[in-house]
Amino acid sequence: MPPFAPAAGGGNEQPTALLKVEHLTMRFGGLVAVDDVSFEAPNAGITAIIGPNGAGKTTVFNCLTGFYKPSVGRLTLSHPRRGPLYLERMEGFRIPQVAGVARTFQNVRLFGGMSVLENLIVAQHNELMHASFFSLAGLLGLGRYRRAEAKAVERARYWLDRVGLTARADWDAANLPYGEQRRLEIARAMCSQPVLLCLDEPAAGLNPRESSDLNRLLIGIRDEQRIGILLIEHDMSVVMGISDKIVVLDHGRQIAEGEPRQVRADPAVIRAYLGEDENEDLPPEVARDLARDGGSA
Amino acid sequence: MSGARLFGPAWLTEGVKEALLQALVALILAVPLIGLKTVQEPGGLGLQTRWPAVAIAVACVFVGRLLLVIARHIWPPRPKAAHSPVVAARIRRFVRLLGPATIAFALLLPFLPFADRYVLDVSILVLTYVMLGWGLNIVVGLAGLLDLGYVAFYAVGAYSYALFAANFGLSFWACLPIAGALAATFGILLGFPVLRLRGDYLAIVTLGFGEMIRVILINWSSLTNGPRGISGIPRPDFFGVPFNPSPAPDASAFHTLFGIAYSPIQRVIFLYYLILVLALLTNLFTLRIRKLPVGRAWEALREDEIACRSLGINPTNTKLTAFAIGAMFAGFAGSFFATRQGFISPESFTFLESAIILAIVVLGGMGSQVGIVIAAIVLIGGPELVRELEEYRMLAFGGLMVLIMVWRPRGLLAFREPTIRLADFDRTARARSEPAATVP
Amino acid sequence: MEYFLQQLINGLTLGAIYGLIAIGYTMVYGIIGMINFAHGEVYMIGAFISLITFLVLSMLGVGWLPLALLIVLASAMFFTAVYGWVLERVAYRPLRQSPRLAALISAIGMSIFLQNYVQVAQGARVKPLPPLIGGGINLMEREGFVVQLSYLQIIIIVLTIALMVTFSLLINHTRLGRAQRACQEDLKMAALVGINVDRTISTTFVIGAALAAVAGMMVTLYYGVIDFFIGFLAGIKAFTAAVLGGIGSLPGAMLGGVLIGLIEVFWSAYFTIEYKDVAAFSILVLVLIFRPTGLLGRPEVEKV
Repeated sequence: MPPFAPAAGGGNEQPTALLKVEHLTMRFGGLVAVDDVSFEAPNAGITAIIGPNGAGKTTVFNCLTGFYKPSVGRLTLSHPRRGPLYLERMEGFRIPQVAGVARTFQNVRLFGGMSVLENLIVAQHNELMHASFFSLAGLLGLGRYRRAEAKAVERARYWLDRVGLTARADWDAANLPYGEQRRLEIARAMCSQPVLLCLDEPAAGLNPRESSDLNRLLIGIRDEQRIGILLIEHDMSVVMGISDKIVVLDHGRQIAEGEPRQVRADPAVIRAYLGEDENEDLPPEVARDLARDGGSA
Repeated sequence: MSGARLFGPAWLTEGVKEALLQALVALILAVPLIGLKTVQEPGGLGLQTRWPAVAIAVACVFVGRLLLVIARHIWPPRPKAAHSPVVAARIRRFVRLLGPATIAFALLLPFLPFADRYVLDVSILVLTYVMLGWGLNIVVGLAGLLDLGYVAFYAVGAYSYALFAANFGLSFWACLPIAGALAATFGILLGFPVLRLRGDYLAIVTLGFGEMIRVILINWSSLTNGPRGISGIPRPDFFGVPFNPSPAPDASAFHTLFGIAYSPIQRVIFLYYLILVLALLTNLFTLRIRKLPVGRAWEALREDEIACRSLGINPTNTKLTAFAIGAMFAGFAGSFFATRQGFISPESFTFLESAIILAIVVLGGMGSQVGIVIAAIVLIGGPELVRELEEYRMLAFGGLMVLIMVWRPRGLLAFREPTIRLADFDRTARARSEPAATVP
Repeated sequence: MEYFLQQLINGLTLGAIYGLIAIGYTMVYGIIGMINFAHGEVYMIGAFISLITFLVLSMLGVGWLPLALLIVLASAMFFTAVYGWVLERVAYRPLRQSPRLAALISAIGMSIFLQNYVQVAQGARVKPLPPLIGGGINLMEREGFVVQLSYLQIIIIVLTIALMVTFSLLINHTRLGRAQRACQEDLKMAALVGINVDRTISTTFVIGAALAAVAGMMVTLYYGVIDFFIGFLAGIKAFTAAVLGGIGSLPGAMLGGVLIGLIEVFWSAYFTIEYKDVAAFSILVLVLIFRPTGLLGRPEVEKV
C-alpha cells in the first residue's frame, strides 16, 4: 500500500470524466495550431495523445497547463474535492496549485543547480507555505514547520524509491544522466500531488529497458494513486502498451479517439502516419500490418 | 628552421610574434588618448604630447604578453574540471572553517593592537558593503533577479532616517524599522510592474529606477535639500546614552556610564559593532530563509521559472518577496550610512554604487556568503589601501572586475550547499525521535 | 508654432545621434544577446578622439573645413573601431560560454575602466571646443523669433541618413551582412554551416564602435563641450532607443533614437528641464512593460 494514497473520494468511480476538453482551438496570428479538438480523459486511466510532429500535441498541453490561453474552447477538470474547474479561465500557476494539474516537459526542465531532494521539496511548495504560515513559522523556528518539512521529505523519499533515485538524493539534478532526469521530473510532478499528470514525451531518448520501466511506473501510478494521466508519446510500444485511450491529432485536427485497438485500425490514422500519397498505393491490409508492426515493436 | 634556432624554440617565436602584434594594437589605442593630452591653454584647448607614457604602455603590453606566454609554457593550463567533487569538498571544508574564523576575528578586531581609527573606519566601510552585498545576494544570488538599481533602496533608507530624525526627532532605533519598511515598500512598488521582464531587461529597468530616484532626490529640493544634501544628521547613541565628551551635570554619557575616560574612538567602536550586528543579522536571515519554502522557491525560480509555474509557484509574488526583502536590508544599511556619515547627498547614491555592490555579489561567487565577504575586502578594502593613487583607484576597480570575471566566470567561491540532505535528515530524525529503534 | 518647429529640428538632430549609438546596442544584442554595457563609453572615446584629431589638425594648420571634417571622421572611426574590437576580445569573447551575468559584470567593469582611463589620460575637466561650423538657413521668422536650421544640423542629419543607407545595403546585400543575420538567428547553426562566428561578432563590434564614433564626433561639434562622463547617460538613452524601436531591429534603432531625441527635447522645452532624464527612463520602463518587443521588433513566443 502506498503511504500517500490519494485523498480522493474513496472507492466509487465517478462516472464523469476527469478532464473534458471541448472545442479547444489555439491560434497564433494566422496559424491554427490546434483546431477544434474535443476529448475526454478518465480518472485513473491513461490517455495518450499521439500524432506526427507538428500535430499540435504540445500546444494542447500548454493550453491545459496554463502556458497558453486557448483562443476558443472549454477545459473542464472535475476535481475530486473541488468540483468542476474551468482551466481556461485560470491564471497559469493556479492550475497546478488549485486544480492539481502537474506536467513534465519535452526538454526536461529541472532545477539543475539544486539537489534531487530539493527539486522534490520545491514541488511541495504550496503545502509547505501553508504549513509554515508563508515561511514565518520557519523563520521563528517553530516546530510546526519542522514537522511539515519532515512529511515533505518522507513523500519525496517515497517517490525517490519509486523511480529508483534514492541513492542520488543529494546530487545536483543537472549531474544526473538523462534517463534519471526524466524520472526525476515525473517524481517531482507526483510530489505536487496532482489529480491529473501530463507527461510530454516521457520515453523520448530512453533505451528499451528504461522505457519498459517507465511503462511499469506509469501503470503503477494509475492503479495505486488513481489519478488521470495524459501522455504525449511517439514511442508506440509505450502508447499501445499502457494507454486506456488514444487521441490522434494531425495538423491540429483531431482525427481519431478511442481504445488502442480501434485507433490502430483507423484508416485516417494510418493515412496520417504513413502519408497520404504512399497510402493510396498500398493495399489496406499492408498498411494495417505496417501500423501493427509499429505498434508492437 | 634556422629561424627557429636563431630565436629559440617555435613556441617562443610564436609568442614573440603574438606579443608584437598586441603591442601594435596597444600602440594604436595609446597614441590618440595617452600620447596626446588635451590641456586648457589661454587661447583655448591645446595639446601636450606624452610619448614616453605611450612607450611605457606599449612595452607593458609586450612584456606582459610575453611573460604570459612563457608562464603558459612552463605551467600549461590544466583542463578545468568543472565542479569536481574533490575540489568542491575542499572548498566546502575551507569555507566551513573560514566562516567562524572570520566572525571571531571581526568580533575581536577593535581590541587588536593595530586597530586604530583608520583601520576601524575602513572596516566599517567594508562591513557596510558586506551587508549590502548580503542583502543584494537575496535578490541576485538566490532569486536570480538582476538588480542594477539596488542603491535606490539604500538611498531610501538613508533619506528616511535623515528626514525622520530631523523632522520628528526620532531616534536611530525608532527609524531603523521605518527605513527598512519604507525601502521594502519602494521595492514592491518598483518591482511589481517590472518583475516579469527577462534578465537583462530587468537589469536596465532597475538601473533606470535607480537613476530616477537620484534625479528626484536632486530636484525635490523642498524635501531633500537638493544637491546640497542633508547635514547634521544625529549620530547614534548607546541605546539612549549619548557619546558626549562633556555631558550636562545631571545627564549621563557613555563614558560616565561605564566609568571610563572619554575617547572619540568609543563611538567608532560602537558604530563598528552596530554594522557588524546588522550585517550578521542579514547573513543569519539568509541562511535561515534558504531552508524555508520561500527561499527554496527563490532558488527554483532562478533555475527555471517555467518549471516553477508548472508546480504552482506564483512567480510574481515570489519575486516580489525577494525584491522587497533585499530592499529592506538596503534600507537598514542606508540608515546606518546616514547616521555614520552625519551627512548625505544624492552624490552618494550613483549607479557606480549599485555596480560595486553587484560586483561584490557576483565576484564573490553567486550565492556564496563567504565569497561576498572576500570580494568586499578585495574590492573595497584593497583600493582603500592605495588611497594615495586616488585617480587610479576606479581604473583598477574596473579592470579588476573584468579580470576576475574572465579568470573565474562563476566567481571566486562558486559552490552551493544544498539546503537539505537526505543523509543528514535521516541522521537527525533518528537522533530526535526514536533512539529505541536501533534495538532489534 | 515657430518654437515648436525649432524644437522639432533640434529633436531630430539629437535623435540622429542617439540612433547611431543605438545601432551598436541593437546589433550586439541581436547577435550575442547581451547588453554591451560599455558601448556608451565607446561613444565617449569617439568624441574624445574627434576632439583630439581636431586639435592636431588645427596645430598642423589644415584650414579647409571639409577636408578637416573628413579626416576627423576617418580618424575617429578608425581609432574607436579598434577600441571596440579590443573591447570584445578582452572582455566579452572569453565569457561567451559563461553565465550571462558574468558577461554583464565584465561589461560594467569595462565601462568603469574606460571611463576612468579617459579621466586619467585626459583629465576630469570639461573640454570645450570653439564652434567650427557656424551659420545656417533661416527657415522662417516671425515677431523676432527665428527658426533656424543650422549647417551643422544639416550635416548631422545628412551624414546620419547616408550612414544608415550604406549600412542597410551592407546588411542586406553583402556576405558579411548575411553572416550577421545568420548569427542573429542562431549562433550554433551559423557556425555549423561554416560561418566564421568569431569574425562576424568582431565585425559587429567594429561597426558598432565606428558608428558610435560618428555620433561622438557629432556631439563634439554640436555641443562644443565634452567630458569623460558623457557616455553613461547617452548610453542609457541610446539603449532605451534600441528597446523602443525593437531590439535587434536596425530601422527600429534609428526610429527609437529619433523618438527619444524628440521626446527629450520637447520635454525640456515644454515641461521641466530638470526631469528630462526621468522622461527617458520612464519611457524605457513603459515600453518594456507594455510592449517589450518594441515598435518594430519581432514578437517572441515563449518556448515551453
